[in-house]
Amino acid sequence: MKALWVQAGAELRLTLRRGESLLLTLGIPVVLLVFLALTKVLPSPSGQARFLVPGILALAIMSTGLVSVGIATAFEREYQVLKRLGVTPLGRPRLVLAKVLSVVAVEVIQAAVIVGAGLAIGWRPGAGANGPGAVVASLGALGAAVAATCGFTGLGLLMAGRLRADIVLALANGLWLVLLLLGGMLFPLSKLPSGLRSVADALPAAALASALRSAMGAAGHVSGHDWLVLVVWAVVAPLATAFTFRWE
Amino acid sequence: MEEPGHAVEVRSLTVRYGDLVAVDGLDLVAERGQVLGLLGPNGAGKTSTVEVAEGYRRAAGGTVRILGHDPFSQRRHLVPLMGIMLQGGGVYPGMGPAEALRLFAGYYANPEDPRRLLGLVGLERVARTPWRRLSGGERQRLSLALALVGKPKVAFLDEPTAGVDPEGRQVIRQVIADLRDSGACVVLTTHELEEAERLADVVYVIDKGRIVASGSLDQLAAHAGGPTLRWQTSPELDISSLEAHLGAGVREESPGNYVAEVAGSPAVVGVLAAWLDERGLPLTRLRVGRAPLEEVYLRLTGGGLAGGGLTGGGLTGGGLTGGGLTGGGLTGGGPEGPPFTGEEAAAGGVPAPSGATTGQVAGAEEGSAE
Repeated sequence: MKALWVQAGAELRLTLRRGESLLLTLGIPVVLLVFLALTKVLPSPSGQARFLVPGILALAIMSTGLVSVGIATAFEREYQVLKRLGVTPLGRPRLVLAKVLSVVAVEVIQAAVIVGAGLAIGWRPGAGANGPGAVVASLGALGAAVAATCGFTGLGLLMAGRLRADIVLALANGLWLVLLLLGGMLFPLSKLPSGLRSVADALPAAALASALRSAMGAAGHVSGHDWLVLVVWAVVAPLATAFTFRWE
Repeated sequence: MEEPGHAVEVRSLTVRYGDLVAVDGLDLVAERGQVLGLLGPNGAGKTSTVEVAEGYRRAAGGTVRILGHDPFSQRRHLVPLMGIMLQGGGVYPGMGPAEALRLFAGYYANPEDPRRLLGLVGLERVARTPWRRLSGGERQRLSLALALVGKPKVAFLDEPTAGVDPEGRQVIRQVIADLRDSGACVVLTTHELEEAERLADVVYVIDKGRIVASGSLDQLAAHAGGPTLRWQTSPELDISSLEAHLGAGVREESPGNYVAEVAGSPAVVGVLAAWLDERGLPLTRLRVGRAPLEEVYLRLTGGGLAGGGLTGGGLTGGGLTGGGLTGGGLTGGGPEGPPFTGEEAAAGGVPAPSGATTGQVAGAEEGSAE
């Protein structure tokens, strides 16, 4: 057990030490939230903060799983770190588990910072925040976040396990931008042309943003369509990774 | 807890990559308290062999036992007992030596003190420098220290001194010798003869996936014939006169470089010195004892050695059974080098710098062509 905690701590320290990773996982989401909420340059239906906070939380989760973990792991593979750790008593299963713990810790930090920034600019939890609905809404948001983390981290590791690190670097950032634009995070999907919208509807980014917005907003629960998309990605991406990942 | 069996035992090992046979029926045994040198040109199958022993890949054929256990199926049992140094890398690029050693210490139940290891490999000055900013030699020293964190009973070191400066090489050699003296079995792969000669108790020469020779350095030298006396002087000596004086066959391997098939006793050396002195000839190089490993190796592998493999081929006096006169000769071996007597050479014992081996190699190649 000691090895697992030691490794999780090291993973977290290394993540928090990478400036470019912090920029993507914390800096950009917080700047987008504050800037867009205060300037009102983007149209949004029901109050800027209420729309943006869940969207920005979705963006943060995507940044961590897809980009931060993907790129870091790709370089660890290239520098033979994964190969070397495979022949220590830590072993591969605990190495993967340590990465999971590190991701969870980073996401808790992200949620605290983004929710804090949201509260500072006037965001308040939706109608379901009080009474029995609060439990359902919180579990819905948490479940959606967990499923999306599995999907995004799976995608990041899928790239990291097969491609050269510099290619993962470019691809992960490119994918991040595409999913940001098609994710309904900053503006409603209804603003997209119908062709693009049907693509976006099948992607985990839009499903996560929509799920968080529903759970944290008036509805107080996550729609069946969002669950379906999130769960399919949460199963398919890690499975594909498990079958294709190369440790060296 | 004492583990049964040989430290490392490899029988009829075959490793394949698709249709390519990388290792072809290889046998090898190493014991505790022994440094085994796996020597061969690049692509000979050294790393493939070691990767099976480390548990990274399954053998296509044959058996491998580490401390009596199968490294692939009993990996979990063996991993805490093994120390592994990969060829380059293996450390988080953003992590410094002190942090990496502390992290690895956290993996083991009873680890070596990370601070002691840091001092042992001389990395205190760069303890907090991230791996990506360390020099090649510093990275190698860190990789070696990381292999020692778990107090291994068997250590696999892949090219431990590759790309390391002379000072770093000294440190690494000392650490390996101490590890051996602590009772561990050390398997090191190298394509550098000097490293095998300095470090290994037993050398296995591997070429094209097969062991072509094995044994102690002395046993290997026997492959290249009996003891010899070698010297360098002016070319075109009167060989028949010299043969009569020495009572042994003499041949000129290359212009000015001579070999006599005779043990270089003080009396024989005296005869040679007197013979040269009478004719006013110089003696620019003298060597007695077994054939240099380099020559053995070139014969065994058909001279198929990459240029890099010959660096620092100079043999030190310490490594020679005959208390030999060495490669000191390789430094001043050219026509402009100061002539010296056998006595001076014996006292000298200066290791040769890299790249000064052309005379020896040319001679060896001629020898193998015979």
